[in-house]
Amino acid sequence: MNWAPVIGIEVHVELDTASKMFCGCRVSFGDPPNTNVCPVCLALPGSLPVPNREAIERIIRLGLALNCRINPGSVFHRKNYYYADLPKNYQISQFDIPVCVDGWLDVESDEGSFRVGIERVHMEEDTGKSVHVGEGGRIHTAAETLVDFNRAGTPLVEIVSRPDLRSAADARAYTQELRAVVAETGVSDARMERGSVRFDANVSIRPPQSQKLGVKVEIKNMNSFRSLEKAIRAEVDRQVELVEAGEKVVMETRHWDESAGITHGMRTKEGSSDYRYFTEPDLAPMVFSESWVQEARSQIPELPARRRERYRHLGLNPGSARVLAGSEPDLRGLFEDAVESGAAPVPAANWVTGDITASLRRRNACLGDVPLHGEDLAALTAMVSQGRISARAARQVLEGVMDGEGSPTRVARARNLEQISDQAALEQVVEEVMSAHSQAVERYRSGEKKVRGFLVGQVMRATSGRADPRAVNQILSTRL
Amino acid sequence: MPIDVDVAHVANLARLALSPEELDRYRQELGVILEHASRVQQVETSGIMPLSHPLGSGNVFRPDEPSPSLDREEVLEMAPESRDGFFVTPPALD
Ligand SMILES: [Zn+2]
Repeated sequence: MNWAPVIGIEVHVELDTASKMFCGCRVSFGDPPNTNVCPVCLALPGSLPVPNREAIERIIRLGLALNCRINPGSVFHRKNYYYADLPKNYQISQFDIPVCVDGWLDVESDEGSFRVGIERVHMEEDTGKSVHVGEGGRIHTAAETLVDFNRAGTPLVEIVSRPDLRSAADARAYTQELRAVVAETGVSDARMERGSVRFDANVSIRPPQSQKLGVKVEIKNMNSFRSLEKAIRAEVDRQVELVEAGEKVVMETRHWDESAGITHGMRTKEGSSDYRYFTEPDLAPMVFSESWVQEARSQIPELPARRRERYRHLGLNPGSARVLAGSEPDLRGLFEDAVESGAAPVPAANWVTGDITASLRRRNACLGDVPLHGEDLAALTAMVSQGRISARAARQVLEGVMDGEGSPTRVARARNLEQISDQAALEQVVEEVMSAHSQAVERYRSGEKKVRGFLVGQVMRATSGRADPRAVNQILSTRL
Repeated sequence: MPIDVDVAHVANLARLALSPEELDRYRQELGVILEHASRVQQVETSGIMPLSHPLGSGNVFRPDEPSPSLDREEVLEMAPESRDGFFVTPPALD
Protein backbone atom coordinates (compact mmCIF):
# COMPACT_ATOMS: atom_id res chain seq x y z
CA MET A 1 0.00 0.00 0.00
CA ASN A 2 0.98 3.60 -0.51
CA TRP A 3 1.19 5.04 2.99
CA ALA A 4 0.68 8.74 3.60
CA PRO A 5 3.06 10.34 6.13
CA VAL A 6 1.70 12.94 8.55
CA ILE A 7 4.41 15.18 9.97
CA GLY A 8 4.54 17.95 12.55
CA ILE A 9 7.75 19.82 13.34
CA GLU A 10 9.08 21.45 16.48
CA VAL A 11 11.72 24.03 15.76
CA HIS A 12 13.99 25.37 18.50
CA VAL A 13 15.60 28.74 17.87
CA GLU A 14 18.29 30.24 20.10
CA LEU A 15 17.90 34.01 20.36
CA ASP A 16 21.11 36.01 20.05
CA THR A 17 20.39 38.49 22.79
CA ALA A 18 23.36 40.02 24.61
CA SER A 19 22.52 38.25 27.88
CA LYS A 20 20.79 35.03 28.88
CA MET A 21 17.07 34.52 29.49
CA PHE A 22 17.03 34.74 33.27
CA CYS A 23 20.49 36.06 34.24
CA GLY A 24 23.08 38.54 33.02
CA CYS A 25 25.61 36.01 31.70
CA ARG A 26 26.66 36.62 28.12
CA VAL A 27 25.12 34.68 25.25
CA SER A 28 28.24 33.79 23.35
CA PHE A 29 29.24 30.96 21.05
CA GLY A 30 32.67 29.37 21.21
CA ASP A 31 33.90 30.79 24.53
CA PRO A 32 36.01 28.50 26.78
CA PRO A 33 33.71 26.11 28.68
CA ASN A 34 31.95 27.30 31.83
CA THR A 35 33.12 30.92 31.57
CA ASN A 36 29.61 32.40 31.10
CA VAL A 37 27.97 30.96 34.19
CA CYS A 38 26.55 32.39 37.40
CA PRO A 39 24.47 31.25 40.38
CA VAL A 40 21.23 31.53 38.36
CA CYS A 41 22.22 29.48 35.32
CA LEU A 42 24.13 26.98 37.51
CA ALA A 43 21.09 26.64 39.79
CA LEU A 44 22.97 27.48 42.97
CA PRO A 45 20.68 27.61 46.01
CA GLY A 46 19.02 30.94 46.70
CA SER A 47 19.40 32.34 43.19
CA LEU A 48 16.36 33.83 41.45
CA PRO A 49 15.61 34.21 37.72
CA VAL A 50 14.52 37.53 36.17
CA PRO A 51 13.30 37.43 32.55
CA ASN A 52 15.09 39.31 29.80
CA ARG A 53 12.68 41.87 28.35
CA GLU A 54 14.39 41.91 24.96
CA ALA A 55 13.82 38.15 24.57
CA ILE A 56 10.11 38.61 25.28
CA GLU A 57 9.93 41.43 22.74
CA ARG A 58 11.58 39.20 20.16
CA ILE A 59 9.25 36.25 20.66
CA ILE A 60 6.26 38.58 20.28
CA ARG A 61 7.74 39.95 17.05
CA LEU A 62 8.41 36.45 15.73
CA GLY A 63 4.94 35.26 16.73
CA LEU A 64 3.34 38.15 14.87
CA ALA A 65 5.51 37.46 11.81
CA LEU A 66 4.10 33.91 11.94
CA ASN A 67 0.54 35.27 12.01
CA CYS A 68 -0.01 34.21 15.60
CA ARG A 69 -2.30 35.71 18.20
CA ILE A 70 -0.44 37.08 21.22
CA ASN A 71 -2.05 35.91 24.44
CA PRO A 72 -3.00 38.89 26.63
CA GLY A 73 -1.07 37.25 29.45
CA SER A 74 1.40 34.41 29.68
CA VAL A 75 3.09 32.39 32.40
CA PHE A 76 6.21 30.28 32.77
CA HIS A 77 6.11 26.66 33.92
CA ARG A 78 8.69 24.23 35.23
CA LYS A 79 9.25 21.15 33.09
CA ASN A 80 10.83 18.58 35.38
CA TYR A 81 13.32 16.00 34.12
CA TYR A 82 16.82 14.86 34.88
CA TYR A 83 19.77 15.26 32.60
CA ALA A 84 23.40 16.14 33.17
CA ASP A 85 23.17 19.38 31.19
CA LEU A 86 20.07 20.64 33.05
CA PRO A 87 21.41 22.04 36.36
CA LYS A 88 18.07 22.86 38.03
CA ASN A 89 16.57 19.44 37.17
CA TYR A 90 13.82 21.42 35.49
CA GLN A 91 13.70 23.63 32.47
CA ILE A 92 11.82 26.91 32.68
CA SER A 93 9.39 26.63 29.79
CA GLN A 94 5.74 27.32 29.06
CA PHE A 95 2.80 24.97 29.20
CA ASP A 96 -0.83 25.97 28.76
CA ILE A 97 -0.47 29.73 28.27
CA PRO A 98 2.37 30.31 25.79
CA VAL A 99 3.17 33.80 24.47
CA CYS A 100 1.89 33.11 20.92
CA VAL A 101 -0.81 30.77 19.55
CA ASP A 102 -2.68 29.87 16.35
CA GLY A 103 -0.54 31.15 13.51
CA TRP A 104 0.42 29.97 10.05
CA LEU A 105 3.20 30.20 7.51
CA ASP A 106 2.84 30.07 3.73
CA VAL A 107 5.56 28.01 2.09
CA GLU A 108 6.61 27.94 -1.55
CA SER A 109 8.51 25.02 -2.99
CA ASP A 110 9.21 23.56 -6.41
CA GLU A 111 6.05 21.48 -6.05
CA GLY A 112 3.86 24.49 -5.30
CA SER A 113 2.66 26.46 -2.31
CA PHE A 114 1.08 25.26 0.89
CA ARG A 115 0.12 26.65 4.27
CA VAL A 116 1.40 25.19 7.54
CA GLY A 117 -0.54 25.84 10.73
CA ILE A 118 1.45 26.99 13.76
CA GLU A 119 -0.01 25.71 16.99
CA ARG A 120 2.11 27.74 19.38
CA VAL A 121 5.34 29.66 19.86
CA HIS A 122 6.66 29.59 23.38
CA MET A 123 9.61 30.89 25.39
CA GLU A 124 12.01 28.69 27.28
CA GLU A 125 15.69 28.35 28.13
CA ASP A 126 18.36 26.22 26.48
CA THR A 127 20.29 23.51 28.30
CA GLY A 128 24.04 23.22 28.70
CA LYS A 129 26.12 21.24 26.22
CA SER A 130 27.15 17.66 26.88
CA VAL A 131 30.11 16.06 25.25
CA HIS A 132 29.86 12.29 25.45
CA VAL A 133 33.33 10.88 25.70
CA GLY A 134 34.13 7.29 24.95
CA GLU A 135 33.59 4.81 22.21
CA GLY A 136 32.44 6.71 19.15
CA GLY A 137 31.18 9.72 21.11
CA ARG A 138 27.63 8.46 20.73
CA ILE A 139 25.29 8.75 23.67
CA HIS A 140 24.61 5.05 24.04
CA THR A 141 28.27 4.05 24.15
CA ALA A 142 29.79 6.94 26.11
CA ALA A 143 32.01 6.23 29.14
CA GLU A 144 31.55 9.67 30.70
CA THR A 145 30.00 13.02 29.95
CA LEU A 146 31.67 16.45 29.98
CA VAL A 147 29.33 19.37 30.62
CA ASP A 148 29.67 23.02 29.64
CA PHE A 149 26.98 25.35 31.01
CA ASN A 150 27.78 28.37 28.81
CA ARG A 151 24.66 27.65 26.75
CA ALA A 152 22.47 26.90 29.78
CA GLY A 153 19.86 29.61 30.10
CA THR A 154 20.21 30.97 26.56
CA PRO A 155 16.78 32.25 25.42
CA LEU A 156 15.17 29.53 23.35
CA VAL A 157 11.98 29.82 21.33
CA GLU A 158 10.05 26.71 20.36
CA ILE A 159 7.78 26.86 17.32
CA VAL A 160 5.33 23.96 17.14
CA SER A 161 3.63 23.31 13.80
CA ARG A 162 0.36 21.50 13.32
CA PRO A 163 0.64 18.06 11.70
CA ASP A 164 0.12 19.66 8.28
CA LEU A 165 3.19 18.35 6.48
CA ARG A 166 2.89 15.41 4.12
CA SER A 167 6.46 14.62 3.06
CA ALA A 168 10.08 14.99 4.09
CA ALA A 169 10.52 17.50 1.25
CA ASP A 170 7.60 19.59 2.59
CA ALA A 171 9.21 19.49 6.04
CA ARG A 172 12.42 20.80 4.55
CA ALA A 173 10.68 23.57 2.61
CA TYR A 174 8.72 24.60 5.72
CA THR A 175 11.76 24.74 7.99
CA GLN A 176 13.76 26.67 5.39
CA GLU A 177 10.98 29.23 5.09
CA LEU A 178 10.72 29.42 8.86
CA ARG A 179 14.45 29.94 9.21
CA ALA A 180 14.24 32.79 6.69
CA VAL A 181 11.49 34.47 8.76
CA VAL A 182 13.55 34.01 11.93
CA ALA A 183 16.59 35.60 10.30
CA GLU A 184 14.54 38.37 8.70
CA THR A 185 12.84 39.42 11.94
CA GLY A 186 16.29 39.65 13.54
CA VAL A 187 15.38 37.53 16.56
CA SER A 188 18.27 35.14 15.99
CA ASP A 189 21.38 34.84 13.84
CA ALA A 190 19.74 31.55 12.73
CA ARG A 191 23.14 29.97 12.08
CA MET A 192 22.59 26.30 11.43
CA GLU A 193 26.25 25.35 11.83
CA ARG A 194 26.17 26.69 15.41
CA GLY A 195 23.01 24.83 16.32
CA SER A 196 21.04 28.08 16.60
CA VAL A 197 18.14 26.31 14.85
CA ARG A 198 17.32 22.67 15.68
CA PHE A 199 14.53 20.33 14.72
CA ASP A 200 12.40 17.57 16.21
CA ALA A 201 9.75 15.86 14.10
CA ASN A 202 6.58 13.96 14.95
CA VAL A 203 6.00 11.33 12.31
CA SER A 204 3.12 8.92 11.72
CA ILE A 205 1.72 7.11 8.70
CA ARG A 206 -1.82 6.26 7.63
CA PRO A 207 -3.58 4.78 4.60
CA PRO A 208 -3.94 7.50 1.95
CA GLN A 209 -7.72 7.98 2.25
CA SER A 210 -7.86 7.69 6.03
CA GLN A 211 -8.43 10.76 8.18
CA LYS A 212 -7.45 8.91 11.34
CA LEU A 213 -3.94 9.68 12.56
CA GLY A 214 -1.54 6.81 13.10
CA VAL A 215 0.61 6.32 16.19
CA LYS A 216 3.20 9.09 16.23
CA VAL A 217 6.89 8.78 16.90
CA GLU A 218 9.01 11.75 17.89
CA ILE A 219 12.46 11.93 16.32
CA LYS A 220 15.05 14.21 17.85
CA ASN A 221 18.50 15.56 17.19
CA MET A 222 18.36 17.03 13.68
CA ASN A 223 20.56 20.10 13.20
CA SER A 224 20.34 20.65 9.47
CA PHE A 225 17.69 20.67 6.76
CA ARG A 226 19.40 17.72 5.16
CA SER A 227 19.40 15.60 8.31
CA LEU A 228 15.78 16.56 9.01
CA GLU A 229 14.78 15.34 5.57
CA LYS A 230 16.86 12.17 5.86
CA ALA A 231 15.59 11.39 9.36
CA ILE A 232 11.94 11.75 8.33
CA ARG A 233 12.49 9.54 5.25
CA ALA A 234 14.20 6.90 7.39
CA GLU A 235 11.44 7.02 10.03
CA VAL A 236 8.63 6.79 7.46
CA ASP A 237 10.39 3.80 5.86
CA ARG A 238 10.79 2.14 9.26
CA GLN A 239 7.11 2.59 10.11
CA VAL A 240 5.94 1.33 6.70
CA GLU A 241 8.12 -1.78 7.07
CA LEU A 242 6.74 -2.41 10.56
CA VAL A 243 3.12 -2.04 9.54
CA GLU A 244 3.48 -4.09 6.37
CA ALA A 245 5.10 -6.86 8.39
CA GLY A 246 1.97 -6.88 10.53
CA GLU A 247 3.61 -5.22 13.52
CA LYS A 248 2.55 -2.09 15.36
CA VAL A 249 4.24 1.28 15.61
CA VAL A 250 4.74 2.13 19.27
CA MET A 251 4.55 5.67 20.59
CA GLU A 252 8.10 6.59 21.54
CA THR A 253 10.94 9.04 21.16
CA ARG A 254 13.76 8.09 18.82
CA HIS A 255 17.17 9.66 18.42
CA TRP A 256 18.51 10.40 14.92
CA ASP A 257 21.98 8.98 14.38
CA GLU A 258 23.43 11.09 11.59
CA SER A 259 26.44 8.91 10.88
CA ALA A 260 24.45 5.67 10.74
CA GLY A 261 21.48 7.22 8.92
CA ILE A 262 18.96 5.54 11.24
CA THR A 263 16.89 6.37 14.31
CA HIS A 264 17.51 4.63 17.66
CA GLY A 265 14.79 4.06 20.20
CA MET A 266 15.45 5.80 23.53
CA ARG A 267 14.98 3.67 26.61
CA THR A 268 12.98 6.15 28.63
CA LYS A 269 9.93 7.86 27.30
CA GLU A 270 8.46 10.46 29.57
CA GLY A 271 4.88 11.37 28.79
CA SER A 272 3.67 14.94 29.24
CA SER A 273 2.33 14.16 32.72
CA ASP A 274 5.71 12.73 33.69
CA TYR A 275 7.24 16.18 33.26
CA ARG A 276 5.03 17.31 36.14
CA TYR A 277 4.58 20.82 34.75
CA PHE A 278 3.63 23.43 37.30
CA THR A 279 3.71 27.21 37.25
CA GLU A 280 7.15 28.62 37.98
CA PRO A 281 6.73 30.20 41.43
CA ASP A 282 9.90 32.29 41.03
CA LEU A 283 8.48 34.25 38.09
CA ALA A 284 5.57 36.66 37.98
CA PRO A 285 3.05 36.31 35.14
CA MET A 286 3.47 38.51 32.07
CA VAL A 287 0.83 40.84 30.67
CA PHE A 288 1.07 42.11 27.08
CA SER A 289 -0.74 45.37 26.45
CA GLU A 290 -2.18 46.22 23.06
CA SER A 291 0.37 49.01 22.64
CA TRP A 292 3.23 46.61 23.35
CA VAL A 293 1.95 44.24 20.66
CA GLN A 294 1.47 47.12 18.20
CA GLU A 295 5.02 48.28 18.86
CA ALA A 296 6.31 44.77 18.10
CA ARG A 297 4.20 44.60 14.95
CA SER A 298 5.70 47.85 13.68
CA GLN A 299 9.18 46.30 13.93
CA ILE A 300 8.50 43.45 11.52
CA PRO A 301 10.49 44.01 8.33
CA GLU A 302 9.50 42.81 4.87
CA LEU A 303 9.20 39.01 5.09
CA PRO A 304 10.22 36.54 2.37
CA ALA A 305 6.64 35.84 1.19
CA ARG A 306 5.90 39.53 0.70
CA ARG A 307 9.23 40.06 -1.03
CA ARG A 308 8.59 37.21 -3.46
CA GLU A 309 5.25 38.79 -4.30
CA ARG A 310 6.88 42.18 -4.90
CA TYR A 311 9.50 40.61 -7.16
CA ARG A 312 6.79 38.84 -9.14
CA HIS A 313 5.09 42.19 -9.61
CA LEU A 314 8.37 43.47 -11.05
CA GLY A 315 8.02 40.79 -13.73
CA LEU A 316 10.19 38.00 -12.34
CA ASN A 317 8.88 34.47 -12.78
CA PRO A 318 7.97 32.64 -9.54
CA GLY A 319 11.11 30.50 -9.50
CA SER A 320 13.44 33.41 -10.03
CA ALA A 321 11.53 35.55 -7.50
CA ARG A 322 11.93 32.74 -4.97
CA VAL A 323 15.67 32.34 -5.57
CA LEU A 324 16.31 36.08 -5.36
CA ALA A 325 14.06 36.61 -2.33
CA GLY A 326 15.95 33.86 -0.55
CA SER A 327 19.43 35.10 -1.41
CA GLU A 328 21.76 37.00 0.91
CA PRO A 329 20.59 40.51 1.90
CA ASP A 330 23.56 42.22 0.21
CA LEU A 331 22.81 40.46 -3.10
CA ARG A 332 19.14 41.44 -2.88
CA GLY A 333 20.28 44.97 -2.08
CA LEU A 334 22.38 45.02 -5.24
CA PHE A 335 19.32 43.99 -7.25
CA GLU A 336 17.12 46.60 -5.61
CA ASP A 337 19.73 49.33 -6.15
CA ALA A 338 20.15 48.34 -9.80
CA VAL A 339 16.40 48.49 -10.40
CA GLU A 340 16.29 51.85 -8.67
CA SER A 341 19.05 53.02 -11.02
CA GLY A 342 16.88 52.04 -13.97
CA ALA A 343 17.85 48.43 -14.68
CA ALA A 344 15.23 46.13 -16.17
CA PRO A 345 14.32 43.76 -13.28
CA VAL A 346 14.48 40.46 -15.17
CA PRO A 347 18.04 40.72 -16.53
CA ALA A 348 19.20 42.36 -13.29
CA ALA A 349 17.84 39.42 -11.31
CA ASN A 350 19.47 36.96 -13.69
CA TRP A 351 22.82 38.69 -13.30
CA VAL A 352 22.57 38.70 -9.51
CA THR A 353 21.52 35.08 -9.05
CA GLY A 354 23.63 33.83 -11.97
CA ASP A 355 26.98 35.30 -12.99
CA ILE A 356 27.49 37.59 -10.00
CA THR A 357 26.81 34.84 -7.45
CA ALA A 358 29.01 32.42 -9.42
CA SER A 359 31.85 34.94 -9.70
CA LEU A 360 31.73 35.72 -5.98
CA ARG A 361 31.89 32.00 -5.25
CA ARG A 362 34.91 31.61 -7.55
CA ARG A 363 36.57 34.52 -5.81
CA ASN A 364 35.57 33.14 -2.41
CA ALA A 365 34.40 36.66 -1.66
CA CYS A 366 31.25 38.42 -0.57
CA LEU A 367 29.71 41.40 -2.29
CA GLY A 368 31.25 43.85 0.16
CA ASP A 369 34.71 42.78 -1.03
CA VAL A 370 34.23 43.87 -4.65
CA PRO A 371 33.53 47.33 -6.13
CA LEU A 372 30.23 46.38 -7.78
CA HIS A 373 27.22 48.61 -7.16
CA GLY A 374 23.63 48.92 -8.30
CA GLU A 375 24.43 51.63 -10.84
CA ASP A 376 27.15 49.42 -12.40
CA LEU A 377 24.69 46.58 -12.82
CA ALA A 378 22.14 48.99 -14.30
CA ALA A 379 24.76 50.27 -16.75
CA LEU A 380 25.77 46.73 -17.68
CA THR A 381 22.20 45.59 -18.43
CA ALA A 382 21.62 48.78 -20.44
CA MET A 383 24.74 48.20 -22.54
CA VAL A 384 23.55 44.69 -23.37
CA SER A 385 19.99 45.71 -24.21
CA GLN A 386 21.22 48.58 -26.40
CA GLY A 387 23.50 46.18 -28.26
CA ARG A 388 26.64 48.04 -27.23
CA ILE A 389 28.20 44.83 -25.94
CA SER A 390 27.41 41.19 -26.60
CA ALA A 391 26.11 38.94 -23.83
CA ARG A 392 29.45 37.20 -23.85
CA ALA A 393 31.44 40.41 -23.64
CA ALA A 394 29.15 41.52 -20.79
CA ARG A 395 30.50 38.70 -18.63
CA GLN A 396 34.02 39.93 -19.22
CA VAL A 397 32.92 43.49 -18.43
CA LEU A 398 31.40 42.23 -15.18
CA GLU A 399 34.66 40.55 -14.22
CA GLY A 400 36.54 43.75 -15.02
CA VAL A 401 34.22 45.82 -12.83
CA MET A 402 34.56 43.29 -10.02
CA ASP A 403 38.35 43.38 -10.47
CA GLY A 404 38.26 47.12 -9.82
CA GLU A 405 38.92 48.33 -13.37
CA GLY A 406 36.17 50.94 -13.20
CA SER A 407 32.66 51.42 -14.53
CA PRO A 408 31.22 49.03 -17.16
CA THR A 409 31.64 51.63 -19.92
CA ARG A 410 35.24 52.16 -18.97
CA VAL A 411 35.99 48.43 -18.74
CA ALA A 412 34.32 47.74 -22.10
CA ARG A 413 36.38 50.47 -23.71
CA ALA A 414 39.66 49.54 -22.01
CA ARG A 415 39.24 45.85 -22.81
CA ASN A 416 38.09 46.69 -26.33
CA LEU A 417 34.81 44.84 -25.90
CA GLU A 418 32.37 47.41 -27.30
CA GLN A 419 30.51 46.30 -30.37
CA ILE A 420 31.23 48.20 -33.56
CA SER A 421 28.24 50.48 -33.80
CA ASP A 422 29.63 52.57 -36.64
CA GLN A 423 27.57 51.36 -39.60
CA ALA A 424 30.10 52.51 -42.22
CA ALA A 425 32.96 50.72 -40.47
CA LEU A 426 30.94 47.55 -40.24
CA GLU A 427 29.95 47.76 -43.92
CA GLN A 428 33.57 48.02 -44.83
CA VAL A 429 34.44 44.88 -42.88
CA VAL A 430 31.60 43.01 -44.60
CA GLU A 431 32.91 44.19 -47.99
CA GLU A 432 36.39 42.94 -47.15
CA VAL A 433 35.11 39.56 -46.00
CA MET A 434 32.98 39.18 -49.14
CA SER A 435 35.86 39.90 -51.46
CA ALA A 436 38.24 37.65 -49.52
CA HIS A 437 35.71 34.79 -49.73
CA SER A 438 34.25 35.38 -53.20
CA GLN A 439 33.79 31.63 -53.76
CA ALA A 440 31.60 31.38 -50.68
CA VAL A 441 29.58 34.37 -51.90
CA GLU A 442 29.06 32.61 -55.26
CA ARG A 443 27.93 29.41 -53.53
CA TYR A 444 25.44 31.37 -51.45
CA ARG A 445 24.06 33.14 -54.49
CA SER A 446 23.65 29.81 -56.26
CA GLY A 447 21.39 28.64 -53.45
CA GLU A 448 23.71 27.19 -50.77
CA LYS A 449 22.07 29.20 -47.98
CA LYS A 450 24.00 27.74 -45.10
CA VAL A 451 27.15 29.50 -46.30
CA ARG A 452 25.68 32.67 -44.82
CA GLY A 453 26.60 31.45 -41.31
CA PHE A 454 30.18 31.05 -42.46
CA LEU A 455 30.26 34.62 -43.71
CA VAL A 456 28.81 36.00 -40.48
CA GLY A 457 31.43 34.01 -38.60
CA GLN A 458 34.20 35.53 -40.71
CA VAL A 459 32.95 39.04 -39.97
CA MET A 460 32.82 38.27 -36.23
CA ARG A 461 36.33 36.92 -36.48
CA ALA A 462 37.61 39.97 -38.30
CA THR A 463 36.14 42.20 -35.59
CA SER A 464 37.28 39.97 -32.67
CA GLY A 465 33.63 39.32 -31.88
CA ARG A 466 32.79 42.99 -31.49
CA ALA A 467 30.34 43.18 -34.37
CA ASP A 468 26.64 43.03 -33.55
CA PRO A 469 25.49 39.84 -35.34
CA ARG A 470 22.10 41.43 -36.06
CA ALA A 471 23.71 44.38 -37.83
CA VAL A 472 26.06 42.06 -39.75
CA ASN A 473 23.12 39.98 -40.94
CA GLN A 474 21.29 43.09 -42.09
CA ILE A 475 24.25 44.32 -44.13
CA LEU A 476 24.81 40.86 -45.59
CA SER A 477 21.15 40.72 -46.63
CA THR A 478 21.47 43.87 -48.72
CA ARG A 479 24.85 42.93 -50.23
CA LEU A 480 24.09 39.34 -51.09
CA MET B 1 -11.15 8.23 50.71
CA PRO B 2 -7.37 8.55 50.19
CA ILE B 3 -6.41 8.51 46.49
CA ASP B 4 -4.13 5.73 45.32
CA VAL B 5 -0.76 6.97 44.04
CA ASP B 6 1.83 5.05 42.03
CA VAL B 7 4.62 6.19 44.35
CA ALA B 8 7.22 3.94 42.71
CA HIS B 9 6.65 5.69 39.37
CA VAL B 10 6.79 9.17 40.91
CA ALA B 11 9.91 8.22 42.89
CA ASN B 12 11.54 6.98 39.73
CA LEU B 13 10.76 10.27 37.95
CA ALA B 14 12.32 12.14 40.87
CA ARG B 15 15.31 9.75 40.90
CA LEU B 16 14.59 8.75 44.51
CA ALA B 17 15.48 5.27 45.75
CA LEU B 18 12.77 4.41 48.29
CA SER B 19 12.59 1.30 50.44
CA PRO B 20 9.38 -0.79 50.40
CA GLU B 21 8.49 0.69 53.82
CA GLU B 22 9.00 4.23 52.52
CA LEU B 23 6.93 3.50 49.43
CA ASP B 24 4.11 2.32 51.62
CA ARG B 25 4.31 5.29 53.98
CA TYR B 26 4.44 7.86 51.16
CA ARG B 27 1.57 6.16 49.36
CA GLN B 28 -0.59 6.77 52.40
CA GLU B 29 0.64 10.31 53.06
CA LEU B 30 0.41 11.44 49.44
CA GLY B 31 -3.00 9.80 49.15
CA VAL B 32 -4.32 12.00 51.93
CA ILE B 33 -2.80 15.11 50.37
CA LEU B 34 -4.33 14.29 46.98
CA GLU B 35 -7.67 13.66 48.60
CA HIS B 36 -7.50 17.15 50.05
CA ALA B 37 -6.55 18.57 46.63
CA SER B 38 -9.46 16.80 44.99
CA ARG B 39 -11.83 18.38 47.52
CA VAL B 40 -10.40 21.83 46.70
CA GLN B 41 -10.92 21.09 43.00
CA GLN B 42 -14.65 20.58 43.62
CA VAL B 43 -15.07 24.22 44.65
CA GLU B 44 -17.11 26.18 42.09
CA THR B 45 -14.58 28.57 40.44
CA SER B 46 -16.10 29.25 37.02
CA GLY B 47 -16.58 32.98 37.68
CA ILE B 48 -13.20 33.53 39.28
CA MET B 49 -10.06 34.76 37.49
CA PRO B 50 -7.25 32.20 37.75
CA LEU B 51 -4.35 33.26 39.95
CA SER B 52 -1.08 31.84 38.73
CA HIS B 53 1.08 33.70 41.19
CA PRO B 54 0.52 35.12 44.67
CA LEU B 55 2.08 38.43 43.60
CA GLY B 56 -0.56 38.91 40.92
CA SER B 57 0.35 40.34 37.54
CA GLY B 58 3.94 41.23 37.35
CA ASN B 59 5.81 42.11 34.17
CA VAL B 60 9.01 41.96 36.15
CA PHE B 61 11.80 42.13 33.59
CA ARG B 62 15.42 43.13 33.37
CA PRO B 63 17.10 44.95 30.49
CA ASP B 64 19.22 42.87 28.11
CA GLU B 65 22.54 43.92 29.61
CA PRO B 66 25.32 41.45 30.38
CA SER B 67 26.72 41.35 33.90
CA PRO B 68 29.89 39.61 35.07
CA SER B 69 29.87 35.84 35.38
CA LEU B 70 31.60 33.77 38.04
CA ASP B 71 35.25 32.82 38.03
CA ARG B 72 35.59 29.39 36.47
CA GLU B 73 38.05 28.03 39.05
CA GLU B 74 35.64 28.97 41.78
CA VAL B 75 32.77 27.27 39.92
CA LEU B 76 34.61 24.04 39.20
CA GLU B 77 35.82 23.76 42.79
CA MET B 78 32.21 22.92 43.68
CA ALA B 79 32.16 19.96 41.30
CA PRO B 80 33.02 16.43 42.45
CA GLU B 81 35.03 16.08 39.25
CA SER B 82 36.18 18.44 36.52
CA ARG B 83 38.59 18.39 33.62
CA ASP B 84 39.75 20.95 31.02
CA GLY B 85 37.16 23.44 32.25
CA PHE B 86 34.28 20.97 32.00
CA PHE B 87 32.18 19.33 34.67
CA VAL B 88 32.62 15.56 34.47
CA THR B 89 29.57 13.38 35.08
CA PRO B 90 28.87 9.68 34.74
CA PRO B 91 27.74 8.79 31.21
CA ALA B 92 24.32 10.23 30.43
CA LEU B 93 21.76 7.54 29.75
CA ASP B 94 19.90 7.57 26.48
ZN1 LIG C 1 24.11 33.07 34.47
